[in-house]
Amino acid sequence: MSKQEQHWEKTRGLLFITLAIWFVFSIGIFLFGAEMQESSIKPFGYPLTYWFTCQGSLAIFVILIFWFAGRQEKIDDEFGFTEREGDQ
Amino acid sequence: MIKGKFIDNLPKIYGIYTGGFLVFIILMSIAEQAGMSKELIGIFFVSFTVLIYALIGWLSRTLQSDAYYVAGRQVPTVFNGMATAADWMSGASFVAMAGGIYFKGYGYMALLVGWTGGYVLVAALLAPYLRKFGCYTVPDFIGTRYGGNLARFCAVLVLTLASFTYVTAQINATGRIASVALDIPFNIAVYVGLASILMCSMLGGMRAVTWTQVAQYIVLIIAYLLPVFWISSNIGAGFFPHFMLADEVARIAELEGQFGFVKNSAADMATVPKGLAQITKAHSEVNATPWAFISLAICMMAGTASLPHVMMRYFTTPSVRTARRSVGWSLFFIFLLYSSAPMLATLSKISLMDPNLATGIIGKSIAEVQALDWYQNWNQAKLMFVSDFNGNGTLELNEFFMKGDAVVLATPEIAGLPYVISGLVAAGGMAAAMSTADGLVLAISNALSHDIYYKIINPKAETAKRLIVARILLVLIGFAGATIAALEINDILGSVIWAFDFAMSGLFFPLVLGVWWKRANAAGAVAGMLLGLGSGTAYLVWVKWYAGEGFLGITTNTFGLVGASVSLVAMIVVSLITEAPDSATQKMVDDVRVPSGKTILGKQ
Repeated sequence: MSKQEQHWEKTRGLLFITLAIWFVFSIGIFLFGAEMQESSIKPFGYPLTYWFTCQGSLAIFVILIFWFAGRQEKIDDEFGFTEREGDQ
Repeated sequence: MIKGKFIDNLPKIYGIYTGGFLVFIILMSIAEQAGMSKELIGIFFVSFTVLIYALIGWLSRTLQSDAYYVAGRQVPTVFNGMATAADWMSGASFVAMAGGIYFKGYGYMALLVGWTGGYVLVAALLAPYLRKFGCYTVPDFIGTRYGGNLARFCAVLVLTLASFTYVTAQINATGRIASVALDIPFNIAVYVGLASILMCSMLGGMRAVTWTQVAQYIVLIIAYLLPVFWISSNIGAGFFPHFMLADEVARIAELEGQFGFVKNSAADMATVPKGLAQITKAHSEVNATPWAFISLAICMMAGTASLPHVMMRYFTTPSVRTARRSVGWSLFFIFLLYSSAPMLATLSKISLMDPNLATGIIGKSIAEVQALDWYQNWNQAKLMFVSDFNGNGTLELNEFFMKGDAVVLATPEIAGLPYVISGLVAAGGMAAAMSTADGLVLAISNALSHDIYYKIINPKAETAKRLIVARILLVLIGFAGATIAALEINDILGSVIWAFDFAMSGLFFPLVLGVWWKRANAAGAVAGMLLGLGSGTAYLVWVKWYAGEGFLGITTNTFGLVGASVSLVAMIVVSLITEAPDSATQKMVDDVRVPSGKTILGKQ
């Protein structure tokens, strides 16, 4: 496998992990909205589903993107595909 | 001002700007104490901020195509994040979102999840790759990746339809705010709004829009957060509302149980002005089915990843790496406002409902409420209404009516904040609507001038001529948008949601598969765009205007699901039964997937 194929394979792997986390917090948990609302877990005292829609999922997306960007930069570095000055 | 120097000094320049704006707010509040009239404060706030944007627009004027189309590709990560956040958060986010949460509760929150979750798709699937491509516009990517003018033309078609649906709502919002703040008739205010929008974009294109959007973000976020924090401390709910409103949320649920949701008779409702509503849904209960919630969230997420005016902001960063990080910053800046909207809705509701608070009106006598200064103002503006349906002389929960927009616009006044805050909120709403309108008008006119005029009609056109064409188109599209906005066909949010569905129907899979599936070819992309857009639109028309029943619980707000599914299937089937892309195209896709090296279009 060429260097480029390996790079792409890793990139794709990262994509699937990122999309899996994304799926859980944008779609997955809302399958159980009514059940979660009754849960005794109450972040900052808010009902759980309500909290996820107001803050939880939103904050997780922000963190997820920065985490994803960091990991992707590492993959690019590993294969020497990081941009250099004057690449544009 | 030298360009390089300007970029290096950004934190300082915008720091001074923010400080100046805060000083301006303080000066206005001193003026209010000294007896300046409300009307004058509103006029000062809106016209002062708009003049600043116009000044930035004029300073950023340019005659170079790189600066005009992609701001010279040198916008730093964090600033691009701010600009994207302003680009993204429209009049709807600013003015209507808290109101939507206030009236519809959980079912509406799908929009918050969708409009933020979509950025994960932008970061992971598209933005860095499109940045590597080095295109000027989104159709530029489609046209070059798939090859051929037909694919390019179809992309422009989808882009124009989606963005135009969206932009009329924004111009409408600028008009509405200008009409209230400047006290002029709406059909004139629309053109005042348009003129302000064009002043920011016409001379400097993307470069001017970038630097005005950063300025607009600063105004809109101060305008949104300040009242939320202030009201929260004012009513003793806590100094940091986001973490401290749990008691208020519980108290609202208690009061809802106490008052009950009484349904008004049709005869009574006929006396209520159009567009106003009473509270009919519980504040924090799960009141939508999982599918209703999830389907709406999916549409907004896929739509986010397909809306060209957002995508093109990531063409302006210096590198692929910064484009990726910039998506994170965009969402962070958006998060600041979105996480505050439910807090504002909560504070607004508790202020009105709780009889223990001085501001509470439910349970007071009707005559007393009607004598309130703020009630009279907003009643006159047709945003509020009370009526004693049951004739007991007391205001019940079902006898108080408000328009969604009033939650943001009127809450500061209801909660007893000085009028200067209301002026600030008007300026913030204006900034939000203008920044989005600018991004959209520019997206459309750039696609028409670059992809249709330059790439298809006249490839030999000189830069100067291309930029003149771009500017003429900008003005024409602005006027067309304003003309339609003046007709007031749909309310602000209705057409905003449609824009996401249109974009998702036609562009989501052609964009994503362009990067992630090498086998995708021109025929497949054209089929995906046309059939996707066609089927989505057909479903909308069927359900909306021909009383169609629809299927699978897909509504006029989620018709993108139909369009995108058809688009995906059509694209795969047609791509597979036609010839694979040539080796040059395959090589191009390989190059896009690697951050290093020259941009694809830079090589040609």
